[in-house]
Amino acid sequence: MKIKETLENYLFVFPAIAIFSVFYVIPFFWVFHLGLFEWDGISFTKIFVGLGNFKEIFLQDKYWWQSMWNATYITFIALTFQNVVAFMLAWACDREIKMKNFYRVIFFIPPVLSEVVVGMAWRFIINDIEGANIINRMLAGMGFPNLMHNWLSDPNTALTTVALVHCWKGFGWGFLIFLAGLQTIPRELYEAARVDGANAWQSFRKITVPMMIPVVVLVAILTVLGTMQVFVLIVSLVGGEFAGHTAVPVLRILASMRGSSRFGYACAQGITFGLVLVAISFIQYRFSKKER
Amino acid sequence: MKNVFYYKTKKIVFNTLIHLFLISVAITCLYPLLWMIVSSLKSQDMIFKDISLIPRQFHFENYVLAWQEGGFGRNFLNSIFYTVAVVFGIVLVSSMAAYAFSRLRFPGSKWLFIMFMAAMMIPIPGSFVALYVLLNKLHLRNTPIGYILCMINVGLSTSIFLLKTFFDKMPKELEDAARIDGCSKFGLWFHVALPLSKPVLAVVVVFNALAVWNEYILALIIFDNRQFMPLQVALQTFQGEFVTNYPLLMAGLTITALPIILVYLLMQKYIIKGVTQGALVG
Amino acid sequence: MWRRGLGIFVILLLSIIGCSSNSVDLKPTVTAWHWMTDRDAAFQELAKKYEILTGVKIDFQLYAPSDAYSQKIRAAAQGINLPDIFGILGEKRDFASFVKAGHILDLTAYMEENNSNWKNKFFPKALAVNEFASGNSYGINPGVYGAPIDIMTIQMVYNKSLFKKLGLNPNQPPKNFTEFIALGQRIKDAGLQGMVSGWGEVWMVDCFANNYAFNIMGKEKVLATIRGEVPYTDPDWIKVLDIFRQMKKSGIFASGLVTMINKSAEQLFANEKAVFAFNGSWCVNVYKGMNPALEYGAMLPPAVGQIYPMAIWGGAGSSFMVNARSKNKEEAVKFLSWLTDQDQQAYLAQMTNNLPANKNSLSKIPEVLAQFSRGMEYATHPNIWGVSEFSLVIEAWDRGIQSIIIGEKTPEQVAADVQKVKERELAKRRAK
Repeated sequence: MKIKETLENYLFVFPAIAIFSVFYVIPFFWVFHLGLFEWDGISFTKIFVGLGNFKEIFLQDKYWWQSMWNATYITFIALTFQNVVAFMLAWACDREIKMKNFYRVIFFIPPVLSEVVVGMAWRFIINDIEGANIINRMLAGMGFPNLMHNWLSDPNTALTTVALVHCWKGFGWGFLIFLAGLQTIPRELYEAARVDGANAWQSFRKITVPMMIPVVVLVAILTVLGTMQVFVLIVSLVGGEFAGHTAVPVLRILASMRGSSRFGYACAQGITFGLVLVAISFIQYRFSKKER
Repeated sequence: MKNVFYYKTKKIVFNTLIHLFLISVAITCLYPLLWMIVSSLKSQDMIFKDISLIPRQFHFENYVLAWQEGGFGRNFLNSIFYTVAVVFGIVLVSSMAAYAFSRLRFPGSKWLFIMFMAAMMIPIPGSFVALYVLLNKLHLRNTPIGYILCMINVGLSTSIFLLKTFFDKMPKELEDAARIDGCSKFGLWFHVALPLSKPVLAVVVVFNALAVWNEYILALIIFDNRQFMPLQVALQTFQGEFVTNYPLLMAGLTITALPIILVYLLMQKYIIKGVTQGALVG
Repeated sequence: MWRRGLGIFVILLLSIIGCSSNSVDLKPTVTAWHWMTDRDAAFQELAKKYEILTGVKIDFQLYAPSDAYSQKIRAAAQGINLPDIFGILGEKRDFASFVKAGHILDLTAYMEENNSNWKNKFFPKALAVNEFASGNSYGINPGVYGAPIDIMTIQMVYNKSLFKKLGLNPNQPPKNFTEFIALGQRIKDAGLQGMVSGWGEVWMVDCFANNYAFNIMGKEKVLATIRGEVPYTDPDWIKVLDIFRQMKKSGIFASGLVTMINKSAEQLFANEKAVFAFNGSWCVNVYKGMNPALEYGAMLPPAVGQIYPMAIWGGAGSSFMVNARSKNKEEAVKFLSWLTDQDQQAYLAQMTNNLPANKNSLSKIPEVLAQFSRGMEYATHPNIWGVSEFSLVIEAWDRGIQSIIIGEKTPEQVAADVQKVKERELAKRRAK
């Protein structure tokens, strides 16, 4: 009886495991073992270098760590600015207000647009010579002419500008998931709280926040995973790595794969990247467990 | 009395601020979309000269041209087919797995779940080559089924993660009630868990639909037959090696964006309805 | 409701599976994969012509953009599934790897048939990119392994109408470097941009720097440096890096130069916002599409030194190779020979404003294009030098130049950085 039940339970996960083992696990081990080789991606012979690639990444590759730092910076902005705005918007749309449906559709437009279009459009909006210089004009119009700047061509502001555009593109997802989460909080709880005399802030703190914590963690983890892997947007906004100022890990991996034809090294970089992501996500997950 | 007036004003001010906030965000979302659509109505030589939001001449024929030159007809259908197939597959497979991880007990469940999570976090660059060789060996390479299975895998981990998080939050009373009524495990999954999680299922649908709809590199690498190519691959023909036909590209991108917006419009109904359908009352 | 959905789904499924028809051909079909979006229509026309002539069907398949094409080729190579005709996008080093892996057919015998009939049709520099010379450092048997289908050069262009506006003679582009950068302030005062180029794409930076390296120290010294005999901290190399510092100081660079992809640069030049551009001969077609009324001319990058000539990069634009494992080798080779013949080359040149690789295809090409073709005299290309610099060194070099342009590093610092990477790589090679 016990065995039958266990087998039945396995049946639920069987399709997922089957597809996963074939289409993820096998390529994963292939890439993993390639990280131990020096290979150009073409020849039928590879040279075994053991942990040589990893040693190089950790000890010599300063471009790599610069790209990791840049990606972390963008992710930090995404975790704070992007998700706070997304949460606020979701909360605003959760209430009974007019034009709710309109907003719900509009906010999801940025994620739907391709990164290439987003890059081109924002480049147009921000740049002065090739574009309409809208941001600077707005700043001047609002009375801050001394804030006008070459947002994308100045190496000091380029990364932050890219991060903000990425937030613009990404907040729609956070909005969607937060909204779904807010919708699953039973209305009766709020009713009961109101009857008991709680004001808006109190019911927010005592009902909304505790019930949304798993969702917030979920969005945080997904944000980290999605943002650390950004790269198409960078190419379409600033043309590339901008002397390293906008370098990101995926661009470095692509450079190893195609520019230097070092496929094995690229795989090692990919694995290092993956391990860092796992570490960050693990910390986030444990942090959330403690919060509860 | 001061109190009533005070609270009423406070409420109006508060609501106005919220609306201002919402509208300003909405404007920033709309502008690039408008830019894309307006660009698609201009001509190649005017597209960067004329930077106003209203084109001097409306070239609606760009859409027809984009459709024809991009060979959109067949590829459009292909994309729809792949998206529907993959989304269907993922919803099925991941909801079953997520339900099992959340509610069922079996040895190794914790480790299997961790494995899926780890997979979500470890992207594999260069996996295209591995998948190509793998599919080749399975004789599934130049086939729709091979592509669909690969794409199901792509969205699997994240979908399982999303669904499990929501299943964990589900109140157990309903399932207990149904179990007492004699519902089987599959029945519980199908009749209780799935309907309750409609909001998050809608998110899973939108998330995966978008991913499959926008995918092009895997399709380009594993398909040799133009008949199987999805829309995004056809779109690339406007981004020439040297000459990018911007208006047609924008027209193509607009056409491409529409179905996904449609999917979202359909799905967001479920996100709105949520759980407030008296599920707990019963 | 979802039953209906399922029904639609099944119908779609059947329609898609059912529609893939396979007709049986008696004559072989030669499959060719290419990435040249702009030329796809022309290729299809030529394929039809060829089929009428010989009955052999040529199936041209387009996979764009070029990065995606490159990945597809590499994946197919791994799966030993390459088409009959394809191109390799990448460096000589990658080309050599493909040859060593047995993917590329050696065309030397075919080229040298009938008194080198086929070989002699080409401009020698165009063919050189596809050749491995004797004594090459890649260890490949000397020979010709591909056929060029067009040539291109990368030079500079200048806007004639803007010249007039600035009070300069539109038929006299700057003769030397000093004259060139002196225009910097004047251009800025007129509210225009100086030189644009896709220098977000590092290879273009590399090209420009390399041109001046040849001009300042001559080809031999440059190759000697690659071989490791001369350090990058040599005064001549610092002079090369200093060019960028001087250009930056004079204001001749367009603002945001390092964040531009080449297509943005082309936009700016076509819209007459920039006076100069550093671009390749393909730009003629691009500018025509964006601004048919543009008045411009081609020029060499203004020389610094007088001892050695100015060099530019040029040679084969695109080339095709034949799959050594192909079952239709002979037919593929015959087709390539036809494709690179006079008439077909003239047709391609006309249709797409690219320069033909065939010497005899002197069709009516626009004047600007003719100016580009005259630059071939000064053309060289990394793929014909017989040695390659370490990719990590090139990366450090290109990045260093970008840093100079944005004012973050000095030429001496960059030279020192690059030399450090070079020595590390040399040590690694010696250790092998």
